[in-house]
Amino acid sequence: MKSSSDSPKTLSAESMRMKLNYRIIIFVATILFGVFFSLPSLLQTEKGAKITLGLDLQGGLHMLLGVKTEEAVKSRLKSIASGIKHYTDKDDILIDGLSAKEDRVIFSILDSDEAKLIDKMLAEVKGIKVDINGEEYRVTLTPEEVIATKKQAIDQAIETIRNRLDQFGLAEPTVARQGEEKILVELPGIKTQEEEQRARDLISRAAKLEMMAVDEDRKMRVYQMTPSEAASYGDVILPDVAQEGVKHLIKEIPILDGGMLTNASVGFDQSNRPQINFSLNSEGAQIFGDFTGKNVGNHLAIVLDGHVYSAPVINERIGGGSGQISGNYTLEEAQDLAIALRSGALLAPIYMMEKRSVGPSLGADSIRASLVALLGGFLMVVIFMVVYYRAAGVIANIALVANLFIILAVMALFGATLTLPGMAGIVLTVGMAVDANVIISERIRELLYSGVSIHKAIEQGYDNAIRAILDANITTLIAAVVLYAYGTGAIKGFAITISIGILASMLTAILGTHGIYQMLETRINQSKDKAFWFGIKAER
Amino acid sequence: MEFFKNTKTYGFMGVSKAAMVLSIILVLGSYVLLFTKGLDYGVDFAGGTIVQVKYAKAAPIDQMRESLKADPVFKGASITEFGSPEEVIIRLRGSSESVTSDIGDLAHASLKGTGDFEVRRVDIVGPKVGDELREKGIMSLLLATIGILIYVAFRFEWRFAVASVMALVHDISIALGAIALFGLDVNLDVLAALLTILGYSLNDTIIVFDRIREGITTSKTTDLSESINQSISRTLARTTLTSLTTFFVVFTLFMFGGEIIHSFAFTLLVGIVVGTYSSIFVASPVLMWFGFDIKGYRAKLAEKAKREAEKERMRAQYEQGTI
Repeated sequence: MKSSSDSPKTLSAESMRMKLNYRIIIFVATILFGVFFSLPSLLQTEKGAKITLGLDLQGGLHMLLGVKTEEAVKSRLKSIASGIKHYTDKDDILIDGLSAKEDRVIFSILDSDEAKLIDKMLAEVKGIKVDINGEEYRVTLTPEEVIATKKQAIDQAIETIRNRLDQFGLAEPTVARQGEEKILVELPGIKTQEEEQRARDLISRAAKLEMMAVDEDRKMRVYQMTPSEAASYGDVILPDVAQEGVKHLIKEIPILDGGMLTNASVGFDQSNRPQINFSLNSEGAQIFGDFTGKNVGNHLAIVLDGHVYSAPVINERIGGGSGQISGNYTLEEAQDLAIALRSGALLAPIYMMEKRSVGPSLGADSIRASLVALLGGFLMVVIFMVVYYRAAGVIANIALVANLFIILAVMALFGATLTLPGMAGIVLTVGMAVDANVIISERIRELLYSGVSIHKAIEQGYDNAIRAILDANITTLIAAVVLYAYGTGAIKGFAITISIGILASMLTAILGTHGIYQMLETRINQSKDKAFWFGIKAER
Repeated sequence: MEFFKNTKTYGFMGVSKAAMVLSIILVLGSYVLLFTKGLDYGVDFAGGTIVQVKYAKAAPIDQMRESLKADPVFKGASITEFGSPEEVIIRLRGSSESVTSDIGDLAHASLKGTGDFEVRRVDIVGPKVGDELREKGIMSLLLATIGILIYVAFRFEWRFAVASVMALVHDISIALGAIALFGLDVNLDVLAALLTILGYSLNDTIIVFDRIREGITTSKTTDLSESINQSISRTLARTTLTSLTTFFVVFTLFMFGGEIIHSFAFTLLVGIVVGTYSSIFVASPVLMWFGFDIKGYRAKLAEKAKREAEKERMRAQYEQGTI
């Protein structure tokens, strides 16, 4: 360890030169590393890894979304119910009281001879449990199936939201799972209230597209009908999207849904209004063709998220599997709708658990304020150190500046995010990083007072100080690591800068300054001016 | 420049009784404040909504109140100035679940007509997330304390660990008391400040303890209080200096760092002052009152050194091939 000079008494021209040692070489290398990798962030160059600013500094939208997974379970049960209805209708099996409740589907058969057929059909449905009590059937999902359905709903929501945001054209959207069932969405590119609104509409839109048949026999009575009466005919009452108060009576089971959609894009109708052009896959095209062929003269309702967008008369069989959705949208709305349709429907609705939105002007204010604090604090510390320790203070300040560069460089290389608490962390590091040098300088002063040689004072001073510095830094590091593990969002940024600052200070304040002292040792010895070098009276 | 004479020993332990009375008053006072006035949990921990609005001119707070009254959602909303007369914060206890139209949008719409303004920040924290953050916050304080306790016990001795944790509890209690006294909103940033105090105060305590440990082994006195006095006096310059530099930077943060960082900086300021005080006047006296046994410790160290030497000798013999 003790690599430095032999006898300070035998000064020669040779030993007057500054001595290189491994510490100073490592220190200079670290400074070069720090400066090199922090330049892209400081100068905002095109190339090179840069520090990402947190949403609180650059402005943007942070959301934590929940998924109403129980809705996915409900809709799974509903689709089992429609499957049963479809099957029994087709084979003329008589059943009664078919309904989908919160957690089960119930029905009863009228002819016990047909039980075998029912059992056969139900055996083909995966993930269900069937309880039979005489004529009464009770179908529930197995616990595994419930879990799988919920998980799938979350996975699908993440995937869908990611798809939608990717197509929305914002810079660097983040969509990630957080914990078991939360979705983290971060949009740094949001600049205005309107943009934010658009993004939120796009994310939360269910985008469930259905082609449905209008109940031609009863549609005239829709305004007198209650929803339960409609349900008794197997119908639903849906509102019109454009005209308020207009209602449509629609057959409950859709002809086909958005799952068979292959593409959706924005087009224009004859009067140059935006509309959505969509195309169906071959299966969808087949069903659509068959239906329109059989129902010429009837109405076809195009239903999106429970609203009827149009219900045109079918003039002829529509083959080819393409169609339009027209409505009174702006071009922007049409574009967003096309994105939502392309990226698929959400299986379960999402809801807001947490939202933090920061306007860019506030972010800029925060950057300015924290830079002023950083600069002010830094200057005060630097001046104070020089006044108190003279040359030793200058050496400590070199380490401090190096420390700042290293923090920036490491953050840039690891792609860490700089947040407002992170800035506070850097400011605090400035105050705390000089601590190591204060401890060392005090130790050196103490040894000088006790009358040992300068060489011995430096070496022993470092030896004595290092244990205390390590213990003190490690405990602070423990607090920082816990903060990182348990902190969220911006607070994590604070833990990061503090941790990097502490680790960097070990390198700069302990190793770096030691190297500088060793390099300058012959000079210090020669001048013997302890007041200049260490800020103490030479003799007392 | 020198603040303190390097060779002088100050009689800190002589005033330790008085310091203890002061500490007890401060800590008890803090708890009285915490139990009567209580902490104001901010949206992070209590859930709720914050809308920060900046007007082109001074914010028309009365007019804003009037406008918000129209919607029952804003019942119990508080509007306070935030840093400057143009800028205000609207606090609500409620939150909303809708993604497309949230409570922040409603506030935006309701305030239309109160002047030229810009919504600069909307924070909505649902009850579930608030509960989670609070649980995590308490866990993090506990975990950090336990981690530190284990480390100090491992590096020093259990009495040192207990004394340093008592100093920590002292510091955190007083910081919380100050937060309650000034009615600051307790949010995530305040929690971060508390954890920093934890690390910082301990940093100070450990430097002093390290010196006490060193003093015990090097100085001749068997009087613990004298030994502690010497050690604290030797580290006094460092303690003061580091506290000063840290105080400088946090003070600039407090003055110029902007309103958002205010509570954070304030908590830290209190923590730095109390943490510096406690490392000298709380941790060390506690160590003394725990009856730390200098002679016993020295005997143990000597024993350890002897064992090391024995091991060394055996190894040397082994290497020389004599065994």
